[in-house]
Amino acid sequence: MLNPKVKLNTKVFDADVELKPTRDGYGDGLVIAGTEDANVVVLCADLTESTRSHKFQEKFPERFFEMGVAEQNMATVAAGLGISGKVAFISSYATFSPGRNWEQIRTTVAYNDSNVKIAGHHAGLMTGPDGATHQAIEDIATMRSIANMRVIVPCDSIQARQATVAAAKIKGPVYLRFAREKTPIITTDETPFEIGKNVLLWKSKNPTVTIFVAGVLTHGALVAAKELTDENIETAVVNVHSIKPLDEKNIVEMAKKTGAVVTVEEHQVNGGLGGAIAELLAKKQPTPMEMVGMQDIFGESGPPKELVEKYNLGPKGIKEAVKQALKRVA
Amino acid sequence: MENLHEEKLKFLESKANEIRQSIIKTLLEAKSGHSAGPLGMADIFTAFYFHILNHDPKNPDWEDRDRLLLSNGHICPVQYVALAHAGYFPIEELKTLRKIDSRLQGHPHRGSLPGVETTSGPLGSGLSQSVGMALAAKLDNKKHRIYCLTSDGEHDAGNTWEAAMYAGKKKLNNLTMVIDRNNIQIDGHTEDIMPLEPLGDKYRAFNWNVIAVDGHNIEHFVDAVNEARAVYEMPTVIIAHTIPGKGVSFMENDYLWHGKPPTPDEAKTALNELRTLQGKIVSEHQ
Repeated sequence: MLNPKVKLNTKVFDADVELKPTRDGYGDGLVIAGTEDANVVVLCADLTESTRSHKFQEKFPERFFEMGVAEQNMATVAAGLGISGKVAFISSYATFSPGRNWEQIRTTVAYNDSNVKIAGHHAGLMTGPDGATHQAIEDIATMRSIANMRVIVPCDSIQARQATVAAAKIKGPVYLRFAREKTPIITTDETPFEIGKNVLLWKSKNPTVTIFVAGVLTHGALVAAKELTDENIETAVVNVHSIKPLDEKNIVEMAKKTGAVVTVEEHQVNGGLGGAIAELLAKKQPTPMEMVGMQDIFGESGPPKELVEKYNLGPKGIKEAVKQALKRVA
Repeated sequence: MENLHEEKLKFLESKANEIRQSIIKTLLEAKSGHSAGPLGMADIFTAFYFHILNHDPKNPDWEDRDRLLLSNGHICPVQYVALAHAGYFPIEELKTLRKIDSRLQGHPHRGSLPGVETTSGPLGSGLSQSVGMALAAKLDNKKHRIYCLTSDGEHDAGNTWEAAMYAGKKKLNNLTMVIDRNNIQIDGHTEDIMPLEPLGDKYRAFNWNVIAVDGHNIEHFVDAVNEARAVYEMPTVIIAHTIPGKGVSFMENDYLWHGKPPTPDEAKTALNELRTLQGKIVSEHQ
């Protein structure tokens, strides 16, 4: 059942559950952060409406900077702002930022420990019809490997707003990952959000598998968990919005308690959420584990739902992975 | 900035020579690092740290200080030597350059050493960071100036031109960039590797004020910086023509000296040349 303690959206399993893209939460979060702190500035690389940075632009035009299609300059200008007392958010598509400007982020943002927040939009396979060029599925790995960097992957628009506001309050580099497609609202304003703290979303009486999930596939993981109860398979679903810092204590505990683990992410299985959890469990609590994600391949054009289905990232793929993990325990 | 009177100019010229000698000693001790660039920029670094900058070596984080960013981080020996001689940290510490547990990293790192404004090394990212600092100063109504020192070689990098375009768009008159136009880079002469000329026209086309000077004439360089301060409509670039390895005959204009330190014998000859101004002064001890 849904964990009553975290006050989730009661309509989460309804056919008419409200849908909203996580990028909307970014736009709302920027306005809140900008209202709370006059040092918040936003830079955008010719994608102002699409990244929802326009809300901030309308409210604080003097603190908004249009950089043109120049992501390397955007990251390094932000680095200069961030070491001069500003809280600089940079907005673009994740394939370009942090894709094209990775070295600038490594050196001038992260090693420099500059107060820059990188918002990678249109991340994941569900970017859809634009095709593989625009589907960032490596960004968690490339950001996670940089020292000083935090990596946050919100699961819905509410969590996205909370993450944006929280990132503004942290001093130092943060990567925030957002999606294009409208996805179900899972949490509510009352759902706790703390960077580095997992949220238990679903728990059966005696779960034998923990599904760790980040981002907009979280809804699919909940659907899988619910459907698995019909087959008498009990699971726990844990939302890992903070991939770095990772809630190590919670992950080790859950792995120990349930004895098997499945990770779910809209990203390559190499180096992302699955990689992070595998590294941790290999050291602290070796556990049979299956990874749902992109299996070292690129995506393609198509409607988001069909892509999720084709690449086994939805409830069906998750359920198969759960069963596979259980087989390995037995 | 005070007036550059005759006596101060002589002091600066003599200080630049002292800094060159200190660079040679520092590189000899480090046994790795770049020789030509630091020697070529010794006059300009002396002009900045001993005359132009509004700064306080005892209070390096003073918020109203002028900022000097070194974009081509590999010539940091000249910056470290200038910072030490200006009083940011003990001159003795120069011996630790590139060694383990040192504050003097092989390329500059912010927070590691007082006076280092940002982290640099990978080329082409200093101008953008300076633009960010200039934007922040404008947002905060601060009057301090941002000086960005770059190399000609790093003008191969697209990031430099992205920043140049943006600084022109934003009319950042609080930003002055200096290009060390020494015509060499690692693989050879700049005009063979990737032609940059007409460099000044390129910046003019990007809406910059352009000044060209002899980078070894401290008086003319200071004049150029003053001119930049008086221009209100746009950022200024000072193209400083310099001789790589300046002051040491066998290093001058030889791109092979871009990326290596002197051997003990070479250092001895170099120091002798610098002390005697390449033989112009005959010591009574010789």
